[in-house]
Amino acid sequence: MSAEGTGFRRWWSVTVATIAAVGALAALADAARAETGVVIERATGSVQLVDNSKRLPLARVEGLGDLSHASLVFSQDARHVFVFGRDGGLTKVDVAAAKVVGRVVQAGNSIGGAISRDGRIIAVANYEPGGVKLFDAATLALLSEIPATYGAEGKRAKVVGIADAPGNRFVFSLFEAGEIWVADVTDPRQPKVTRLANVGREPYDALITPDGRHYIAGLFGEDGLALVDLGNVDAGAQRILANYGRGVEKLPVYKMPHLRGWAVAQGHAFLPAIGRHEVLVVERVTWREVARIPVHGQPVFVMARPDGRQVWVNFAFPRNDTVQVIDVDRLALVETLKPGRTILHMEFSADGEEIWVSARDDDRVVIYDTATFKRVAELAAKSPSGIFFQWRAKRIGM
Amino acid sequence: MRVVTRRVDRVLAGAMGVLASVSLFAAEPVNPRQAELTHLVRQDCGSCHGMTLKGGLGPALTRDALRDKPAESLVVTVLYGRPGTAMPPWRSFVSEPEAAWIVKQLQEGTLGER
Repeated sequence: MSAEGTGFRRWWSVTVATIAAVGALAALADAARAETGVVIERATGSVQLVDNSKRLPLARVEGLGDLSHASLVFSQDARHVFVFGRDGGLTKVDVAAAKVVGRVVQAGNSIGGAISRDGRIIAVANYEPGGVKLFDAATLALLSEIPATYGAEGKRAKVVGIADAPGNRFVFSLFEAGEIWVADVTDPRQPKVTRLANVGREPYDALITPDGRHYIAGLFGEDGLALVDLGNVDAGAQRILANYGRGVEKLPVYKMPHLRGWAVAQGHAFLPAIGRHEVLVVERVTWREVARIPVHGQPVFVMARPDGRQVWVNFAFPRNDTVQVIDVDRLALVETLKPGRTILHMEFSADGEEIWVSARDDDRVVIYDTATFKRVAELAAKSPSGIFFQWRAKRIGM
Repeated sequence: MRVVTRRVDRVLAGAMGVLASVSLFAAEPVNPRQAELTHLVRQDCGSCHGMTLKGGLGPALTRDALRDKPAESLVVTVLYGRPGTAMPPWRSFVSEPEAAWIVKQLQEGTLGER
């Protein structure tokens, strides 16, 4: 054995070890970022399961009914998703097995749903018949129903803005009634409901802050939002940002904005102004307006990056080809992007380094680096709308 | 059987539509525009009325739901909206003959229902 041979062998073994180590590190990094996501394909009643770290499609699951307006929640272990379809369908999908494992058509027309903090109960918000139904998350068996009746004639209101809240509660709003209800579902067969009346005209959607403390409903019928302190429900709802339009008539609204807990960043809440090309910024302790940021159109989703440094905004018809980015420190726009035709939804990766954007009429999902604003990848999808990553599983109100 | 009947209905309606567009209503939108309007109704009216037009925040726009409503008032609603409700005016996006065409298609159930 020559000295030369030994040298080569040593070099070779170091090289192999290095390659192995790099490979292992890459695999670890992959595993750390590996997340399953679900993309709603609204026109075909299907969902696409995707690997968020590899940016690859995994499988398509079909047979979920009418998903023209759809949302979903993850089970706490992220093994399952519960998909709420427009046609009243509640579908349970096993993400690992990529198949439907349960489905009930539980109403004529639905808008969304939530999962209880303990993961045992699914609540579905229905338009027709107006109310909330509670289901066993394991079996999808109906546990009870909360009809959204209001007024002397006992009419039923459309239910919007449902969210899970700490203490086995669900909170939701009644569109026609102008009420917010807090349901304690400790005994899901006999929920105890606290009704807050006169919260404002036509609540259209709502959010719960990431700490579970405050519930905020946006109002369509007037300028302002309704705020409920979930630590003191008996105090009722308080109006915030009242008269933010300052008497100027609002523009026609061709799509209702959406609200969720991702609106909160660095002590501020970023909220869409109804019928205006503005994002409203309120300070969280005082709930006073601190800024309003002029934007490209009427905001639909106003979403903070997980680190709270940026807020991304998409817009309603007919200005729905654009996405804008607000710098939270400066409270100013820093970027305008044109990802494609009809931008319906956005979702950050768990670390916020990427954002996935659905371009419905281009049949694709476009992925951006949020630091450089560069397109890093695209994924084919049929009429994509909502995108949901599994980091939502552990989050309140998501 | 029912499917067949419906298909025949559609063919007849289509044939009548063609005749009408040739002779009576010269202003009726021509084919590529009809595809755009169909897309608009399903997708953008669908934001509130549902993509299959069975209703959402806004009421259903199915054939059954609209059967007894006067077409002229529906055209006015499309063009000018309904003040005091969430229904916005669409006259910036569709002309009056186009709104009339949309209403006709809705009342015949040919746009959204599957």
